[in-house]
Amino acid sequence: MGFLNAIPGAVAQGLIWGIMAIGVYISYRILDIADLTVDGSICTGACVCGVLITSGVPAWISIFVAFLAGAVTGIIAGLLNTAFGIPSILAGILTQLILYSVNLKILGGRSLLQIDSRKYSLILNQLSNVKSIIMAVAIITLLIIVLWLFFYTEVGLTLKSTGDNPHMSRAQGINVSFNKVLGLAISNGIVALSGALLAQYQGFADINMGRGAIVIGLAAIFIGLSVSLKIKPNFVVSLIGVVAGGVVYYLVYTFVIFLGLDTDLLKMLSAIIVALFLAVPYVKANYFKKYKHEPAAEEITEGGEANA
Amino acid sequence: MLKIKNLHKTFNPGTVNAKKALNGLNLTLNDGDFVTVIGGNGAGKSTMLNAICGVWRPDAGSIEIDGVDITGMPEYKRAKFFGRVFQDPMKGTAPDMEIAENLAIAARRGKKRKLIWGIAKGERTIYREKLRELDLGLEDRLSSKVGLLSGGQRQAVTLLMATLEEPKLLLLDEHTAALDPKTAAKVLEITEKIVTEKNLTTLMITHNMRDAIRYGNRLIMMHEGRIIVDVSGEEKKNLTVEYLLELFSKASGSEFSSDRAILA
Repeated sequence: MGFLNAIPGAVAQGLIWGIMAIGVYISYRILDIADLTVDGSICTGACVCGVLITSGVPAWISIFVAFLAGAVTGIIAGLLNTAFGIPSILAGILTQLILYSVNLKILGGRSLLQIDSRKYSLILNQLSNVKSIIMAVAIITLLIIVLWLFFYTEVGLTLKSTGDNPHMSRAQGINVSFNKVLGLAISNGIVALSGALLAQYQGFADINMGRGAIVIGLAAIFIGLSVSLKIKPNFVVSLIGVVAGGVVYYLVYTFVIFLGLDTDLLKMLSAIIVALFLAVPYVKANYFKKYKHEPAAEEITEGGEANA
Repeated sequence: MLKIKNLHKTFNPGTVNAKKALNGLNLTLNDGDFVTVIGGNGAGKSTMLNAICGVWRPDAGSIEIDGVDITGMPEYKRAKFFGRVFQDPMKGTAPDMEIAENLAIAARRGKKRKLIWGIAKGERTIYREKLRELDLGLEDRLSSKVGLLSGGQRQAVTLLMATLEEPKLLLLDEHTAALDPKTAAKVLEITEKIVTEKNLTTLMITHNMRDAIRYGNRLIMMHEGRIIVDVSGEEKKNLTVEYLLELFSKASGSEFSSDRAILA
């Protein structure tokens, strides 16, 4: 019975993390950047939203400002990468560390900020899971529609090609650096939005709430895409799959806690899930490949030494 | 239309691996020129093309196109002047995107991209016709991911992308070198058709001497980062491989050496 009672809460949390996973999808799958900024920007979203709500700003405005704050964190990471030539992984780590201090400052030096759902009017909170689920689904639907429209515009197509083939993109007159910054801004904006919703749902913003967020986001993406790519490999189905992946993740998470698993091990389990999803295709391709005796007719990149 | 003046580029300067790739290169192209470029390994052919496209900045010299100095212009900005096809068939197209999406991106080269539909109404019909002209059976595969195509098909699509929005200059960097002979011939045939139809100014690097002689109205040969042979008009028409090799050894004082050049 305990597990059944916990399902609505798990679904609500899963949906909120699903929004976060959509943000990660944009950086990881579309831009082809493993952006570690998200561990910091999800917390930035929560802190900004928490501070605004507790100082009397309406919740809807607060989550919008949280989105903008997240977009700024993405711009910082993007500029470190494109304008200053820092490898994207490191740019993300640096931004994440910057954000740890910034988030502490936003919270006024505290590590935890209570957002009392009885005092403020929140978009969602864990005292009312049904309402939370409805609001989360509404926000996700809106988000997916906006992203779907955006990625089929002239600008959106160039964002996709930037991640898919930067050579081709530059040859077609696309400013690849600008697009990376723009993409990271959108991605981290969405991540911060999910942080803002999470803070409201759980009733507090916590300086440590982003730790390992990227791993949860990736787990949701891998779980979701493993199914949705088989159904129909298009953009909208992928995004729905990613959100569903977040929900599945939280259901499993809740279930293993219900089974009495040591909660200290949960982060390790998340990391193992992601490692497995990344490792299995590689192991299959490299250790279990059928060997063919005819050599493959591929000699493509042996050009002049200067044109590489 | 294209004026390259005294261009210099050294890779890894100040190290034991220092390589003078361009050494006072001068080249002027006239409108409508179809120039084939040959030369041995490390002669600077690809380096010249990369300099024109702005992959990096040259150490010295200038590049002008139609009177505009583009020497310091970023690669993506000057892309509006050029159509490019790379040697590597994987480089010219976005594999995870549809054929139509690739073409639509290329059709907007040099234009301001807006928040309107990336593929406008009626565009697919135009692309279908253009693909039909390639005669590779791609006209019914507009929604296929480019990654599913063969190397030759991808080069043909890249060629179409390079010329959809008419470039001032078409740059072909050994674009058939990675293809099997039959496909290479087909892609070259398409190339000539498009270049002739649109009367495009073209710079085509090739390692195949016969192709260099057969195509275009002008042939240049590079050696050690500069141009040592430049023939056009009647003289170009009457060229033979033997005569070319003779020209080369006269101009360079050495034997033509390329482990990939196809001489016969």
